[in-house]
Amino acid sequence: MTTIGAEQPVVVLDGAVEQPLTDLASYRAIGGYAQVEKARSLSPQEVTEQLIQSNLRGRGGAFFPTGRKASFIPTPDKIAKPIYLTVNADESEPGTFKDREIMRRVPHRLIEGCLIAAHAIQSKSVFIYIRGEYSAEYAVLRGALDQANDAGLLREVSIVIHRGAGAYICGEETGLLESLEGKRGQPRSKPPFPAISGLYASPTLINNVETIATVPKVLELGPDEFSQIGAPPDSTGTRVFCLSGNVVRPGAYEAPHGITTRHLIYDIGGGIADGRELKAVMVGGSSFPVMTPADIDTKLDANALGQKGLFIGSGVVTAIDDRTCIVQFALRVAQFYMHESCGKCTPCRVGTRWLVQILRAVENGAATENDLEVLLDVCDRIIGKCLCVLGDSAAMPVASCVTKFRDEFRAHLEHGGCPFGDDSTLAHLFAPVDQHHLAPVAQEAPV
Amino acid sequence: MTLQSAIQKVKTQYPETRSAILPALRLAQEQYGWLSREAFEEVAEALELTPAYCMSVASFYDMFHLEPVGEHMVEVCTNVCCGLVNAQAVLEAFERELGIEPGETTADGEVTLRAVECLGGCSTPTIVAVDHRYRESVKPEDVPSIVQELRS
Repeated sequence: MTTIGAEQPVVVLDGAVEQPLTDLASYRAIGGYAQVEKARSLSPQEVTEQLIQSNLRGRGGAFFPTGRKASFIPTPDKIAKPIYLTVNADESEPGTFKDREIMRRVPHRLIEGCLIAAHAIQSKSVFIYIRGEYSAEYAVLRGALDQANDAGLLREVSIVIHRGAGAYICGEETGLLESLEGKRGQPRSKPPFPAISGLYASPTLINNVETIATVPKVLELGPDEFSQIGAPPDSTGTRVFCLSGNVVRPGAYEAPHGITTRHLIYDIGGGIADGRELKAVMVGGSSFPVMTPADIDTKLDANALGQKGLFIGSGVVTAIDDRTCIVQFALRVAQFYMHESCGKCTPCRVGTRWLVQILRAVENGAATENDLEVLLDVCDRIIGKCLCVLGDSAAMPVASCVTKFRDEFRAHLEHGGCPFGDDSTLAHLFAPVDQHHLAPVAQEAPV
Repeated sequence: MTLQSAIQKVKTQYPETRSAILPALRLAQEQYGWLSREAFEEVAEALELTPAYCMSVASFYDMFHLEPVGEHMVEVCTNVCCGLVNAQAVLEAFERELGIEPGETTADGEVTLRAVECLGGCSTPTIVAVDHRYRESVKPEDVPSIVQELRS
């Protein structure tokens, strides 16, 4: 089981740190669904105003102000189309498992958040797009939704849980909308933005699970108190940090924005496992530049990280110890994005492939110093030049590995291959992009 | 419930029929194990789409199988978080135990082995989805009993 922990004040996982809180009666016993009642007694604009004042920001990775995003949705008198709320539960960012824990531990808080957000934008139709692989979480959420529905809590709002089918890119908001419309999940060119033309070309608000599950607490505490939690004014509230990798106690730990990476890894997580040394940290997810140990006293808040060229992303902190070859790390990350590129735009489709080819050459000792420059040049030609951020997500971590660990890349060139030999923790790590076809080896159908 | 009636039921959840394609393909795959030409024709018929369109959508998504697969599915996460704590050894143990490589199915059609991208269980590595149920903290020494369980 995932280790769950929390530092005060607990927001998203309140009541569910010790054990899951999946049934309606237990959730109500701690004040559940009182906030949606309160919200419904307020005007939609008043609810949106509270979200704006709280400075709650998106927990999916982009950190966009939630209240402001809601305020972009036209009111029903301005547009003769349905208004949709879509919850992004397609959690697939490597290193991220917080939405999964939220859904299986406090599904009702997510549902209550949906109802409050739906009221704020005057939507009658909510879709929760849940990652296809999350079968157990789907069952828990489905059960909670049925309970809420049977108890009459949804009123005139319909909530549909839509299951994905395995595509990282469907976590990108317009890829998600395409997928929900029954198409290949290839991101759209923006503008128009989903607030104006989203699902079925109608106004659509899209928020991450953790963001929506935070909304009831914003109302309960009030925007003023909520905005004092964490690292105000910009990084308010808490995060369910996803701690993994070479640490003693990996787990999902809710803590206020502004704790340091050091505190999370060494105090909460018990330090680096097996008595090893920290070499690098994957912060925010694999889509962002890596952190070196020199920066681990940086606070986990968007501004402090931003000053170091880092991102809070989806709250990932993955410790990488000194047994790890950083070229292998960069290669495996690049292979992921090559596999998940939707193929719609050229810099990403071709660029991710080139990153993999060059990194493989470096790892195998077939590269030259000039190839490192080519690698950085390819990254430069991807970043900011794609329809969506997937290309950037491949290029940023790769470029950061080359610039922050150039000596190790050089060592590969000088050594004529990986100086770790087979001793790196990531040696021979298989990537699904290299997989065979699935038919039985005898080439006969099983039925 | 027949596949057709199950698809008709799921269709009612959406303002537009086409949105039901992922649940419909999932239902078809649950029934047939994989998505054959005939399965695509059935889904297309139910949703008033073309088989070619349904195939183009299915091919985008990793969980849809466009060719026959084993009775059982073993999916080992080999992304970086599991890799840092030796997912390789777990995958290799399955390769040894099953006598196949990732992306292959045993000759008796019993088990398909796949390596997959991050499954979202990074704090309990290695994550292995066995018939779509997550097994957490799987070690190489756990593999023989998992395979035996599947084969019995």
